[in-house]
Amino acid sequence: MLAVGLGHYLALSAMLLVLGVFGIFLNRKNVIVILMSVELILLAVNLNLVAFSAALGDLAGQVLAMFVLTVAAAEAAIGLAIVVIYFRNRGSIEVEDVNMMKG
Amino acid sequence: MIAALAFYFFAFILLASAVKVVSARNPVHSVLYLILAFFNASALFVLAGAEFLAMILVIVYVGAVAVLFLFVVMMLDINFAQLREGVQRYLPFGLAIGLVLLVELGIVLLGWQIAPETAAMRFAPIAEGTQNTAQLGKLIYTDYILIFQVSGLILLVAMIGAIVLTLRDRGISRRQDIGRQIARTSANTLVMMDVRNGAGIDELGILRPPVDEPEPVAEAHDTHSHTGGHH
Repeated sequence: MLAVGLGHYLALSAMLLVLGVFGIFLNRKNVIVILMSVELILLAVNLNLVAFSAALGDLAGQVLAMFVLTVAAAEAAIGLAIVVIYFRNRGSIEVEDVNMMKG
Repeated sequence: MIAALAFYFFAFILLASAVKVVSARNPVHSVLYLILAFFNASALFVLAGAEFLAMILVIVYVGAVAVLFLFVVMMLDINFAQLREGVQRYLPFGLAIGLVLLVELGIVLLGWQIAPETAAMRFAPIAEGTQNTAQLGKLIYTDYILIFQVSGLILLVAMIGAIVLTLRDRGISRRQDIGRQIARTSANTLVMMDVRNGAGIDELGILRPPVDEPEPVAEAHDTHSHTGGHH
């Protein structure tokens, strides 16, 4: 099924996931880049699911990957809407400014 | 052989563009590199035999999500240089966390094996000679119909949520005022007049009476006052 071993795919998606987490820490102030990092993490998850699906010959993994994709799209839409109204109200998208709820 | 080379090629570009996504100074460049990353990921999906997901990835991510990001980045008037200020401070911490995570994942990757009875436990075995799309469709509309419907609901909730969050009433739209409609009687809208034969409307002064439209409500608060912002 797979052109290269399953391990190659898993290593690739592990690196992609680490890059996403690293991006969240690196861009602590910019919510938009944080959202993009979350997209990278979900892409890594999808890559993992598809790789296992192909390696094991089971299509259920690809179905699950499709639902992960759906949820990722919904999350991006809601997140960006929140960013837009936050910017409209406060004039900034710095994460450290988000303290109105004193949480 | 060629497939393996293609895998390494796409994987390298995917990782390089992911690095650029998190490290680019300009968020617009980040979004463009994100698009490149998704294209390469979809190529990897094709290599793994998941053609339908690859096309969905291109359509949903490149066509919708990345364009959404692009719109938001370009619409918001943000001082992006200011947002990059703390990067030097966060860099060692992020590197440490990333390294720890990578080592942990490496440990997991090194010490695992597929159980021998896995092949017998497959839920939906991939049949040779059947198209990936056709097989996936059969699966989604039969065994996974409930989850499929729920994911449709999730998208509906996301759509309604995004609209409700960003909809702003500027007070310039004319909308139906039901109270006013019901309170309206023929007495204050209809005027009966005697009209002589041959008299024009100018002579009698029968012109259309002015309609009393409600004034557009002024905007409640100035949305462009960036009082809370740090400028």
